Amino acid sequence: MVHKSLEQACLIMDRSGVDTRKCMMCGKCSATCPAFDEMDYHPHQFVKMVTEGDIESLLSSKSLWKCLSCFACVERCPRGVEPANVVEALRVTLLRRQGENYITADDIPGLLDDKLPQQAIVSAFRKYKK
Amino acid sequence: MQKIGVFVCWCGSNIAATVDVAEVVQAVKTQPGVAFATDYQYMCSEAGQSIIKNAIKEHDLTGIVVCSCSPRMHEATFRKTAQAAGLNPYMVEIANIREHCSWIHKDKNEATQKAIILANAAVAKVNLNAPLVQGESSVTKRALVIGGGIAGIQTALDIAEAGYEVDIVEKEPTIGGKMAQLDKTFPTLDCSACILTPKMVDVAANENITLYTYSEVEQVKGFVGNFSVTIKKKARYVKEDLCTGCGECMSKCPSKKGKDEFNCGLNNRTAINIPFAQAIPNVAYIDAEQCIKFKTGKCGLCEKTCSANAIDYNQKDEIIEREYGAIVMATGYEPIKLDKFDEYQYSKHPDVITSLELERIMNAAGPTGGTLLKMSDKEHPHSVTFIQCVGSRDISGRGKPYCSKICCMYTAKHAMLIRDKYPDVEVNVFYIDVRTPGKNFDEFYRRAVEEYGVNYIKGQVGKVYEKDGHLVVQAVDLIANKQLVLDTDMVVLATAIEPSKTARDLASMLTASIDTNDFITEAHPKLRPVESPTAGIFLSGVCQGPKDIPETVSQAGAAAAKVIGLLAKDKLLTNPCVAHSDELLCNGCSQCEKVCPYGAISYIDKEVNDHGVRETRRVAQVNEALCQGCGACTVTCPSGAMDLKGFTNRQIMAEVDAICK
Ligand SMILES: Cc1cc2nc3c(=O)[nH]c(=O)nc-3n(C[C@H](O)[C@H](O)[C@H](O)COP(=O)(O)OP(=O)(O)OC[C@H]3O[C@@H](n4cnc5c(N)ncnc54)[C@H](O)[C@@H]3O)c2cc1C
Ligand code: SF4
Ligand code: SF4
Repeated sequence: MVHKSLEQACLIMDRSGVDTRKCMMCGKCSATCPAFDEMDYHPHQFVKMVTEGDIESLLSSKSLWKCLSCFACVERCPRGVEPANVVEALRVTLLRRQGENYITADDIPGLLDDKLPQQAIVSAFRKYKK
Repeated sequence: MQKIGVFVCWCGSNIAATVDVAEVVQAVKTQPGVAFATDYQYMCSEAGQSIIKNAIKEHDLTGIVVCSCSPRMHEATFRKTAQAAGLNPYMVEIANIREHCSWIHKDKNEATQKAIILANAAVAKVNLNAPLVQGESSVTKRALVIGGGIAGIQTALDIAEAGYEVDIVEKEPTIGGKMAQLDKTFPTLDCSACILTPKMVDVAANENITLYTYSEVEQVKGFVGNFSVTIKKKARYVKEDLCTGCGECMSKCPSKKGKDEFNCGLNNRTAINIPFAQAIPNVAYIDAEQCIKFKTGKCGLCEKTCSANAIDYNQKDEIIEREYGAIVMATGYEPIKLDKFDEYQYSKHPDVITSLELERIMNAAGPTGGTLLKMSDKEHPHSVTFIQCVGSRDISGRGKPYCSKICCMYTAKHAMLIRDKYPDVEVNVFYIDVRTPGKNFDEFYRRAVEEYGVNYIKGQVGKVYEKDGHLVVQAVDLIANKQLVLDTDMVVLATAIEPSKTARDLASMLTASIDTNDFITEAHPKLRPVESPTAGIFLSGVCQGPKDIPETVSQAGAAAAKVIGLLAKDKLLTNPCVAHSDELLCNGCSQCEKVCPYGAISYIDKEVNDHGVRETRRVAQVNEALCQGCGACTVTCPSGAMDLKGFTNRQIMAEVDAICK
């Protein structure tokens, strides 16, 4: 196993409360996942990538924003790994980074859509520019 | 004053790498009573034992302390060594500086200090040790086997073959266990009934074997060599000596709604029933819950039909008391319930079945006469999907944390048998790992793939659902990194197995230990795999851990050998570390009698001389043959009258003082 960044791996395990080393690569999470086909990395893969410390690839992956947080994987994983909580920890990690290209208030009017709920507009401030 | 020798073992590097043994030797030399101390690489070896023997003679030692591994490992060894040198074996104490010290510590200095403390405690105890003499007890030359599956059958046959009487208690109406339900058996694919039923007949024919079927163990008293067991033989409402097993009653019985347990409930059976044609004993029983006569008082058709006059609606449960020298647990297993796995639709869809149900469907005597059919419409399936590890290796709380061990092999067997008999059926197997260690086992699995064209897909099934009248499996192929959605006609779940639900209660009756999964614990996982830590209790088959038939039969034979070894003895030496009561302190309160699990304490009226006052008092008396030295009475006694030889309160306090110094 190549440890790209053990420190990063520990950070994600800490934030998510998930010990990804409990994973036995059964694939139950990926078999269950309704968003599988839209993901570049699949649930069992991001669990393994955290163990291996390959956090950077995950942070820039599509999967991070394709996961529906439906928790089907959490419900069914036989090892109690909770893959969706890993996703959440990765999202939070990204959002907490300082000095990145967050959306600014000025950008919002251009993006407005009258169907968007208020909450989504507020949370958009925490997101990056595409 | 004692003259104590201390022998510190290195255990190769097991102890010496973490504990400075020379420092321990120097430190204990300053302890009161220590006349000699030394260390050696392997104290248990021939040379190590000679060092002990020579020191005992040379220094006239009156007691020894061996600082080594757990007393469970070598206490008996060093007691023998001491005895050979003329020392009473109960003048030996073990300080466990391996399991309790070197194996669990990293820092050498700390570990050494702890080893010194443990050694000092043992020395403090030996200072107060007194020579003890073992008593003798008799051996009842009969064994009891609980459970009549292949494990129990083989153990009983082997014991009987050696000339000893053996009784089998089986809770079901027939012996045979799960093996009787199987169709063909891996790795040779011989028919299960063809190899099992002759053994069942041997059991019935063997003069040394008494069979109690439809029976359960109610109570166990006593100890190794002298167990006294209460067996409840449930009423069958059919006289065993008269029934010929002709089955006429079954053809007349109008109550046909009972679930046929032998066929895993896939079909119904009559209220009066013989589980299968080769049942032993081949005797009917009435399921009172289903019987119309019992429910309404009317019917009685079986009584009228039976030409042997065997029916007896008034039969009562019978209580049998028997004495045994040894008891073998052979209570086997059950597949787990699948109610927590609703993603597989097991309880909703008749074409989602367990592997054991498939065995019955494939069996010529089963509900479909041995033809592979969908249970929903009795049509031929065109594709079958197997899912392995259903509930095994699962720490989420839904299943069992262990590998059930047999499923990889029986799934390969099922897949192969289906492809062999029905080459038109597509067979997919979803697996996490294929585990096939065993003679000719991996070859067997590879044959399923290479010769029979079974598709093995690494990955799990997320869910099974019904769409347009057929089953759909959503799964993952981890090697292709793809999610799959497959139509299938049948789904077979390789369901985890768990020990019999009765194991826990039985174990507590037998004071046998049990693990967190309810498997009965062996005395030593490597060196004493068929004995329970409780003397006289032996283990056979899956009740000890998941096993296939070859392994079960080997273990069954090994358990029999151990039982025979015990029954062959005329006398057993008893443990002299038993309780005794100081009659001057005893106030006759009866507390100890209540807590004694072995019924070893009774009360007598005895004349005592209490500092010149002669009076008759009611005092506790311990039957040394019954006492197992558990010590429950000593902690219960409010007046401090009860004490345990070899573990007196003074000895324990001396140890505690030495540790706290
Ligand atoms: C689907 C399936 C397929 C299999 N196929 C194969 C195969 O092809 N080859 C192979 O080698 N192995 C196979 N096995 C494994 C095999 O079934 C077991 O190895 C074997 O049956 C173990 O025997 P046992 O006597 O330990 O347990 P069991 O067969 O479970 O027998 C235990 C007996 O004890 C009785 N009992 C339980 N509790 C009590 C009690 N309190 N008092 C009295 N009696 C009690 C039970 O009624 C039962 O009769 C298969 C298992 C399954 C589930
Ligand atoms: S379901 Fe759990 S154990 Fe299985 S691959 Fe996914 S995270 Fe790992
Ligand atoms: S929570 Fe996310 S990863 Fe898990 S199954 Fe749902 S969509 Fe897939």
